[in-house]
Amino acid sequence: MATKSLLARKKLMAKAEEQLKYLSNGIFKDELPTFRHQLEKIDDFPLKPKALEILQLNLGYMCNQVCEHCHVDAGPDRKEIMTKETMQQCLEVIKTTKAHTLDLTGGAPEMNPNFRWFVEEAAKLGVKDFIVRSNLTIIRANKKYFDLPEFFKKHNVHVVSSMPHWTKGKTDKQRGSGVFDKSIKALQDLNAISYGMPDSPLQLDLVYNPSGAFLPSNQEALEQDFKKALKEDFDIQFNSLFTITNLPISRYLDYLIASDNYEDYMYKLVDAYNPAAVKNVMCRNTLSISWDGWLYDCDFNQMLEMRVNSPVQHIKDYNEEQLQNRSICVSQHCYGCTAGAGSSCQGSVV
Amino acid sequence: MADSYYDPKDLRKFPKITEWSEELGTKFFDYYGKVFEKGALSEREKSLIALAVSHVVKCPYCIDAYTQDGLQRGITKEEMMEAVHTGAAIESGATLVHATQMMKKYDKLSH
Repeated sequence: MATKSLLARKKLMAKAEEQLKYLSNGIFKDELPTFRHQLEKIDDFPLKPKALEILQLNLGYMCNQVCEHCHVDAGPDRKEIMTKETMQQCLEVIKTTKAHTLDLTGGAPEMNPNFRWFVEEAAKLGVKDFIVRSNLTIIRANKKYFDLPEFFKKHNVHVVSSMPHWTKGKTDKQRGSGVFDKSIKALQDLNAISYGMPDSPLQLDLVYNPSGAFLPSNQEALEQDFKKALKEDFDIQFNSLFTITNLPISRYLDYLIASDNYEDYMYKLVDAYNPAAVKNVMCRNTLSISWDGWLYDCDFNQMLEMRVNSPVQHIKDYNEEQLQNRSICVSQHCYGCTAGAGSSCQGSVV
Repeated sequence: MADSYYDPKDLRKFPKITEWSEELGTKFFDYYGKVFEKGALSEREKSLIALAVSHVVKCPYCIDAYTQDGLQRGITKEEMMEAVHTGAAIESGATLVHATQMMKKYDKLSH
């Protein structure tokens, strides 16, 4: 398993431009329909936003893990971190936005040196649903993070954490050696202060994304399997499981190409294309803000450097009304959000 | 023509069999879909049975399809291999149980 990002390894797929080129050529030249073509068929091109519900802030690409399928290409060698100045600009936006959910992601957002200050300030603004996407191992990575569960509780943070499987082998294969044991300990710590427990207001959700070149199965059935196994084996409880389809970008795209799975995977995504999922894709109710303040339709478009198609492109110029008039940028990676029951940072959408 | 009898890409063309016999093809796929719905058995259990049978009938397309289906359902490789052994045990048992006929015939024909 790699210990460095694609960027540090100087791999071709570290470049957004190369990824987009790859996704628009080959089988999409003559065998498979482009995503735009699918939208045109249902009169949904250009794709337009619905009411804004979620502001997703990427606090930086630095992470203590180097997961095989990371769409961010995050890792310890990534130095892109949101500054306090940009955070202050985000706070100004949070004061006036119509979005009810604030979603902090990374990398490991907790590794941003101003993470705690930002959470404290944002929590004062009365966000209805305040999500932190925590990779769990960060809580056990260093003594300075051991109190994160208490910190989350104090600010009524909704914790959403990745967990590819309920067995050690599958989890460690995707996320690195030792990740499973640390994640289990972190989940037990969170349960101990009533995160994810029945009747507790403290929300603890898990995110499942397949550890290989296949699509996720039914979210409800997988949630039942996760709940049963984690309860029986480790006495762990959680609220909901979100299944997320791996999008063919960044490290996952690199993996698909290297393992000769790219074509089959794209066929699977296109075969499973569900027009009903287009109605609820997350880019229609979400805005993604990068570590350096640029605005995107979603976290995936951020990684592909596809900025919003709007005169307003940076948080310093934020104008929600104007942004609502934009057309959403799409490419073939968008098939990942419309396969089967659909996929989003909040799980399936149909 | 392909150089081998089995081409993994042909699995994608499976639904096309309906083009040459619409009524029977449609009836088959309706039946197939219904069988794999959740019933007295869970979809997960049915997936494991399908995987075991795929090996017994030695269908490479089915093995590809139900290995992938199992992965999607979070079925572990240990569970998959146990299912295959279950199928293999029945298949070899079906061979071996015929040995009783051999023994019967042997005894009848021998002093």
